[in-house]
Amino acid sequence: MTVTAPGEAPATEIPESSSTRLVDRVFRMRELAILLVLLVMIGVTQLGNSEFLSEQGIKDLLLNATILVLVATGQSLVVITKNVDLSVGSTLGISAFATGTYLQGGGNPVVAVALAVLLGVGFGLLNGLLVSLGQVPALVVTLGTLYVIRGIDSIWVGSRQITAADLPDGFVDFGSGGISAVPWLALIALAVLMATAYYLKHFGSGRELYALGSNPEAARLAGIPVRRRILLAYTFCGALAGLAGALYLARFGNVDSGTGTGYELTVVSAVVVGGVVFTGGSGSVYGAALGALLLTSVNSVLPALGVSSVWVLAINGFLLILAIAVDRIVALRVATALKKRNARHG
Amino acid sequence: MTHRSAKDPAPVLALRDISKSFGAVRALRDVSLDLFPGEVHALAGENGAGKSTLIKTLAGVHRPDTGRVLLDGEPTVFTGPADARDAGIAVIYQEPTLFPDLSIAENIFMGRQPRRALGRIDHRATRAATAALMRRLGVALDPDRPARGLSIADQQIVEIAKALSFDARVLIMDEPTAALTGSEVARLFGVVRTLRDQGAAVLFISHRLEEIFRICGRVTTLRDGALISSEPLEGMTEEDLVRRMVGRDLDELYPKQEVAAGPVALSVRRLTREGVFTDVSFDVRCGEIVGLAGLVGAGRTEVARAVFGVDRWDAGEVEVAGRALTNGAPSTAMAAGLALVPEDRRAQGLVMDLSIERNIGLTGLRTTVRAGLMDRGAERSRSLDWAVKLQVKYARMADTVATLSGGNQQKVVLAKWLATGPSVLIVDEPTRGIDVGTKAEVHRLLSQLAADGVAVLMISSDLPEILGMADRVLVMHEGRLTAEIPGSEATEETVMAAATGRAAA
Repeated sequence: MTVTAPGEAPATEIPESSSTRLVDRVFRMRELAILLVLLVMIGVTQLGNSEFLSEQGIKDLLLNATILVLVATGQSLVVITKNVDLSVGSTLGISAFATGTYLQGGGNPVVAVALAVLLGVGFGLLNGLLVSLGQVPALVVTLGTLYVIRGIDSIWVGSRQITAADLPDGFVDFGSGGISAVPWLALIALAVLMATAYYLKHFGSGRELYALGSNPEAARLAGIPVRRRILLAYTFCGALAGLAGALYLARFGNVDSGTGTGYELTVVSAVVVGGVVFTGGSGSVYGAALGALLLTSVNSVLPALGVSSVWVLAINGFLLILAIAVDRIVALRVATALKKRNARHG
Repeated sequence: MTHRSAKDPAPVLALRDISKSFGAVRALRDVSLDLFPGEVHALAGENGAGKSTLIKTLAGVHRPDTGRVLLDGEPTVFTGPADARDAGIAVIYQEPTLFPDLSIAENIFMGRQPRRALGRIDHRATRAATAALMRRLGVALDPDRPARGLSIADQQIVEIAKALSFDARVLIMDEPTAALTGSEVARLFGVVRTLRDQGAAVLFISHRLEEIFRICGRVTTLRDGALISSEPLEGMTEEDLVRRMVGRDLDELYPKQEVAAGPVALSVRRLTREGVFTDVSFDVRCGEIVGLAGLVGAGRTEVARAVFGVDRWDAGEVEVAGRALTNGAPSTAMAAGLALVPEDRRAQGLVMDLSIERNIGLTGLRTTVRAGLMDRGAERSRSLDWAVKLQVKYARMADTVATLSGGNQQKVVLAKWLATGPSVLIVDEPTRGIDVGTKAEVHRLLSQLAADGVAVLMISSDLPEILGMADRVLVMHEGRLTAEIPGSEATEETVMAAATGRAAA
């Protein structure tokens, strides 16, 4: 085919448009802003308590964040598709206990972790099928599975408990060990995080998650297999919740029927604070991971500064509302900027 | 370049005796259509004639109940939009369907991105291909810019670029010009002619007849889901086309009574809501029907909402019968005798899960309450009264409004507001998506109300409706009133010129 420019309306060449850079900057800034808040917070704490950033202190910060980072990474994929998975806390709890039970019987730790992931995949598939086939809001479906999984967990576990003494030494050591200040668990979380981020940016199905969160109807018209993609997001989210369960056991060595209760709300907070927009289509797993790091660091910062830990929840809530407010304001600003640009070039 | 005629032997895409029903509604009845390469083919018909269903059948969104789709003469079944796309059929919907959060390049290539090793997306190639498409279309859009905030015209360019990117052989355009300015329409037509000359078949839907004559070679007309004719446009007049589309006398549909206008009932002065509409002033007199025309997004609905007090205004004033209304207070507007029948009846006009009587009763809660408790008997009789007056077709008054047809739902909304005994009635798109019979009834009702001395402000995108019903026509363009035309002088040309900002007047 020949290249024929239609002649009726000659277009003027616009140089690399400024609005693109503005928008880009804002979204990159979103992650930078959290990083900045985090650094300032840690810096101030260090000034008030020089013990805070000791080798052990850093290790604790990272260890505390690891599990939340993993679950938040999985949750991000679901939130990007304009859905939510509230059952992650229950999945984490039941897979932690399953891992523990298997290890108690003298099982192989690697197989144990694989089992936890598989269990998570199972629950993820269940959620994904219910949401994508049932046409029921994800909030309601996963609230249901939250209770169902927790209920199964309670019936199965009863009043039993698994403690570090029941577990192989190697497993528990792995949970607290690492290379100087960097725990093994944090390295696992980092590897998962980076792989997920790469997948989301460079693979077609990853981009399609953003597309269907951004405009579900357009996604359907573009021939994106919407149900399969939603199923994928939930399965991945479940798998990471399962993995997080196994790592939880390794880290704390202590699991009962209440493990992970209420965790889903912390996870969703981390994701939203990290700039993954709840209405879908936008945000990054790096942001979610930074959000997780920020929320868990608040837990460590307050005691180090001598503030009662009863403030933790209030501060987390405040950060959440602040993040949403900032997102809203930025979105309005960007919209105005883009509109002005259109008016100019019309 | 060879200019192919419609007489080329093989249609690239054809429909044979297609029927499609939704529940009890027969949207298409035995419709056939041939699309030849190198032609721009118009699809004409009133709202509800079945054009959208036909397009969605071609696009693989709907599967026909009976009949065949032929691609290059071969029977084909599209199981989904992806099938149609793979067959080289591109659809540009009236409301472009883009991903606001993603870049223009991603929007164009979503699902078909160029790949590198291991199936990874080649972002650089995607961007380069997008830039090449933009050059070919002669527009300067940055491939990395997110689609959010693009003008409708630019969004359509992105959709066309998408169609070009997979070498679409059939391009279906559903009212692409509805929201465009004159120069944007010219640019679009330039692109369409280029595609036609390159051998694409274009199916073009527009309510603007002059555009059909300007760019199309043949026209297929639908009425009430049935095929009326398929013929060359050459030698046809606009009147011929309208007769095929409407199939009845236009006067019947617009039973406007002549009424002498009374005193000013609604007066709007220099009303401004920043970024939405600016400096809007007009009067509506008792007994008058004033039409408010303009393109979608011109700010008409927003003006109505501000006047009624649902949204606040930033400057200006609104008076009803000489009394100023409070900014942002629907209850004082209602007390002053104002009623607003909103555009989206399902979302704003009705509580779909409540019964007919409760819906009509909603506006009368103040008057049907005794000692703080609902008087259900009073509500029932008041609702029944209005349902009968408006000839709502229902099984039982206790049925939910969701069970009613669109036209009857609209009557319930009207009943709900007429029950307040308004002196000023604002109706926003009163007949959108309702069948011709009910449409005529709604028009008769509005006319009767005006004759009884009610001041009626009618927002409508249906130009014949505006021309047929309004004593005066106000036109908005990009948030401003651009014209006020007496009903007798208003024509499609004068109104559209003002609505698209081309007004010389």
